[in-house]
Amino acid sequence: MHDQTMAQLALGLKRRDFSSVELTQHYLERIQRLDATYNSFITITEQQALQQAEEADRRLAQGDAPTLCGIPIAHKDLFCTDGVRTSCGSKMLDNFVPPYSATIVENLQAAGAVMLGKTNMDEFAMGSSNETSYYGPVKNPWAIDCVPGGSSGGSAAAVAAQLAAGATASDTGGSIRQPAALCGLTGLKPTYGRVSRWGMIAFASSLDQAGTLTRTAEDSALMLNAMASFDTLDSTCVDQPLEDYTANLNQPLKGLKIGVPKEYFSEGLHPETGAAVEAAIKVYEGLGASVQEISLPHSHLAVPAYYVIAPAECSANLSRFDGVRYGYRCETPKDLMDLYQRSRSEAFGDEVKRRILVGAYALSAGYYDAYYSKAQKVRRLIKQDFVDAFTQVDVIMGPTSPSPAFAFGAKTKDPVAMYLEDIYTIATNLAGLPGLSIPCGLVENKPVGLQLIGNYFAEGRLLNIAHQFQQTTDFHTRSAPGIE
Amino acid sequence: MEWETVIGLEVHVQLATKTKIFSGASTAYGAAPNTQACAIDLAMPGTLPVANEAAFRYAVMFGLAVHAEIGKRSVFERKNYFYPDLPKGYQTTQLAEPIVGPGYVDLELSEGRTKRVRIHHAHLEEDAGKSLHEDYHGMSGIDLNRAGTPLIEVVTEPDMRSAEEAVAFAKKLHNIATSLEICDGDMSQGSMRFDVNISVRPKGQETLGTRTETKNLNSFRFMEEAIALEVERQIDVLEDGGKIVQETRLYNGETKVARSMRTKEDSDDYRYFPCPDLLPVILDDQYINEVRQQMPELPEARRERFVADYGLTEYDATQLTAERAVADYFEATVKACGEAKLAANWIMADLSAYLNKEELSITQSKVTPIQLAGLITRLTDGTLSSKIAKQVFEAMTLGEGDADTIIEARGLKQVSDTGALEKLVDEVIANNTKQVDNYRSADEAKRPKMLGFFVGQIMKASKGQANPQAVNDILKKKLEG
Amino acid sequence: MATVEPSDIAKLAQLARIAVSEQQSGEVASRITEVLNLVDQLQAADTRDVEPMAHPLDAVQRLRADQVTEQNRREAFQAIAPAVEDGLYLVPRVIEE
Repeated sequence: MHDQTMAQLALGLKRRDFSSVELTQHYLERIQRLDATYNSFITITEQQALQQAEEADRRLAQGDAPTLCGIPIAHKDLFCTDGVRTSCGSKMLDNFVPPYSATIVENLQAAGAVMLGKTNMDEFAMGSSNETSYYGPVKNPWAIDCVPGGSSGGSAAAVAAQLAAGATASDTGGSIRQPAALCGLTGLKPTYGRVSRWGMIAFASSLDQAGTLTRTAEDSALMLNAMASFDTLDSTCVDQPLEDYTANLNQPLKGLKIGVPKEYFSEGLHPETGAAVEAAIKVYEGLGASVQEISLPHSHLAVPAYYVIAPAECSANLSRFDGVRYGYRCETPKDLMDLYQRSRSEAFGDEVKRRILVGAYALSAGYYDAYYSKAQKVRRLIKQDFVDAFTQVDVIMGPTSPSPAFAFGAKTKDPVAMYLEDIYTIATNLAGLPGLSIPCGLVENKPVGLQLIGNYFAEGRLLNIAHQFQQTTDFHTRSAPGIE
Repeated sequence: MEWETVIGLEVHVQLATKTKIFSGASTAYGAAPNTQACAIDLAMPGTLPVANEAAFRYAVMFGLAVHAEIGKRSVFERKNYFYPDLPKGYQTTQLAEPIVGPGYVDLELSEGRTKRVRIHHAHLEEDAGKSLHEDYHGMSGIDLNRAGTPLIEVVTEPDMRSAEEAVAFAKKLHNIATSLEICDGDMSQGSMRFDVNISVRPKGQETLGTRTETKNLNSFRFMEEAIALEVERQIDVLEDGGKIVQETRLYNGETKVARSMRTKEDSDDYRYFPCPDLLPVILDDQYINEVRQQMPELPEARRERFVADYGLTEYDATQLTAERAVADYFEATVKACGEAKLAANWIMADLSAYLNKEELSITQSKVTPIQLAGLITRLTDGTLSSKIAKQVFEAMTLGEGDADTIIEARGLKQVSDTGALEKLVDEVIANNTKQVDNYRSADEAKRPKMLGFFVGQIMKASKGQANPQAVNDILKKKLEG
Repeated sequence: MATVEPSDIAKLAQLARIAVSEQQSGEVASRITEVLNLVDQLQAADTRDVEPMAHPLDAVQRLRADQVTEQNRREAFQAIAPAVEDGLYLVPRVIEE
């Protein structure tokens, strides 16, 4: 059962080939048996999962259950789950059990999806390798000595190892798409504002967006259908008509105009990765699309702008973790300063501390204009590049990540090298555009991702374009070697 | 050397919205600790703010009342600092693009002087919680009920030159905010709090002296005292050849002592930046006009109406509209008795003296507008003489009930009965034959003054209850007849 | 080119309420300098007449009606608090300023 897509599982449940309880037990058993290897889960919610599965079976028996009803999924551990520990991969929240749920968690629950547990992640979603988690690194199911990418590495590894049919994830600079690429999955970051951020623990508020990690574009459409909603609790959530993202999956691509930014194929791109991406674009030509080179002239400034804006926002967002109302508190603080300093220093990891300090620097008196204000201006230039490009093309394609999965420790000593992992994904977060990564080949027996960037609120079109690729190729159906 | 005082104010006005500025938690005063602090107010992870429309409406009302430009685009920023009463570790406030731009307030001062004080801007922000310093095993307790209550912070230009002007401004602002019903005006609960920036300079000097800021004054009297004290301190320091240190000071209204506050270690670097969880608020002309239409009457309009509708003098109308509650009291009294001039006199004289003596605000008065109106009615219908009326009023302040009850209980009814009065007059005439002779032999012109003696005797004999007009008539008839 | 000194780290650490020991501050300073050197590429960009963009969509704030929607959940919130008494969150003595 675990090698099936969510769409296939939905059919099986409807046909009563198996019940949701059976399916859930099957996944729980796999997690128990196999996850010691991958470390993709922080918390397993066996009891709740079985209860939800029973409820799903009741709804299925009544005959009018939504598509996702009864399908076991996992949530990245930064989505608050009422009554279930939500750690954000940090010692700071190791004991944090929120008395409320994220909107997307509620939406998926309402759609009948079964929560198997909470997945591992880089601490506070800061990282591209899942090596900053308080709960230890996650192993890439394709190459156990390599990283799964980050920050949604746990969600990616869980789906790639077939320990969950699909998973929620979040993307601030590439945290869905890069792990999707490194683990051979379909990863969708919707338009900023398409999915509510309520209950998603913030890293950088103007960049964070929740999305999906699944085997196929069709599964991604099914999940997005359930997750997306207009939420009055999130001021930045957009009141945009909801659509059925599965409705146009089968539209032919004849006449599709693909733009390929020349800046995405420059130095730093692993040559074989580049070749796989170019081959994938050729497939689209075979499907009737036309390809033209475009330019996104400010691309090289995306990583610098991001590493001002994201730390600035995170430095304020993480001030609430002060040991007063929830989370970690140091032992016997001698005064208020001691409470703050020790609680935060003992419970935040190095990368989180580094970004908080960089953010404080960029915002501090005398540097605001040179860093923060400058970065926000560059951000507008980057957005304008995309706006201009979308007057000529329907979709932009390029690599998701410069190279396949790398070994543990390869980049941990060099933050800047780690930051460049997201060189192709960061610009879409700055612009707020939807982005999607689909598997398009293997390099050194490890998956490589093709990135699709769409116009604002064009998730439906992106999923259609991805689905058509998956109808003619089989990269997405391949399982990591050694998966039982 | 002659010194000039320069004062600017920052006023925190708590808005009387039902809910917090960024959450749907109640702002009602006096709830048990942390029972009105929701997940957003507590800065629980993953929670997000949504701005309250009423806070903007109230801020716009205020802006219109002080003749200010309204910020059609306003932006919330984060002001970063750590403090236990600030759950997010930043205060959400406005800096570069506030809701209210430059405006002004005109003050009426003593001896008919007026003064215009310019408003630099006013911005919306959230209030902090409270630290309770009772000893919990050497710890402080934090109550976050107040956290997130909407405030407007009104910042003036340094236009005031004396404590009198500063207090007049503060009272005017209080009057405007309470008239607009955007603030309950209860200073004892911190609904309006004043930070006073004070400097002095030699008279005639252009440049401003170094200023200090005295924070969190919550009564007009404390404000007046604190300014006097600080001006004196600064002049002493300067005259001794010293220098004023720019600092924040705290005035204790109980001990009448001010001291320098421990400065927050990072108060110099708040790292403001636009809040990414909130978007720019855009208000159009239609919205602003709708707010303008809904605005309650402002003090100045009310003053003009008092002159036009009630025939009050400019002076009386100004006095009665200087405080919203007083104007409300006046109108309630007039509504019940129909005697505007008498009501104005009673409120400005007897009622005001009573409230001052007892240190009460008019809303705490034991004498209600209906009671005062009842008293005035008994005065105009001749039941009470004005002298007895004062006794009745005093009884009212002691809580003895309405005028009729007091008159009945104390037997204070004015005697207008001619038979009874004639008897009294006859007695007085019989007992004062010398004065009667003098009167009768005096010039016509001197007689009215001399008549006063007999009236006085009769009033005394009647314990003040004789109707003076009737006494006059009878006396004249008997003495001259 | 920006260089962050250990003394700058002390100030930033103070602002952010993060303790950085003297032994650590050299390394933290050099790591942060690396990041700042990366972001210094921004300085070359021509941003004359460009408005800063705080938010990806040029959207406008929605305003909420002034109605109470939140009920008292103190018990649930304080069940996960490190130190409470009489409904108050406890912290080391706040020195009256």
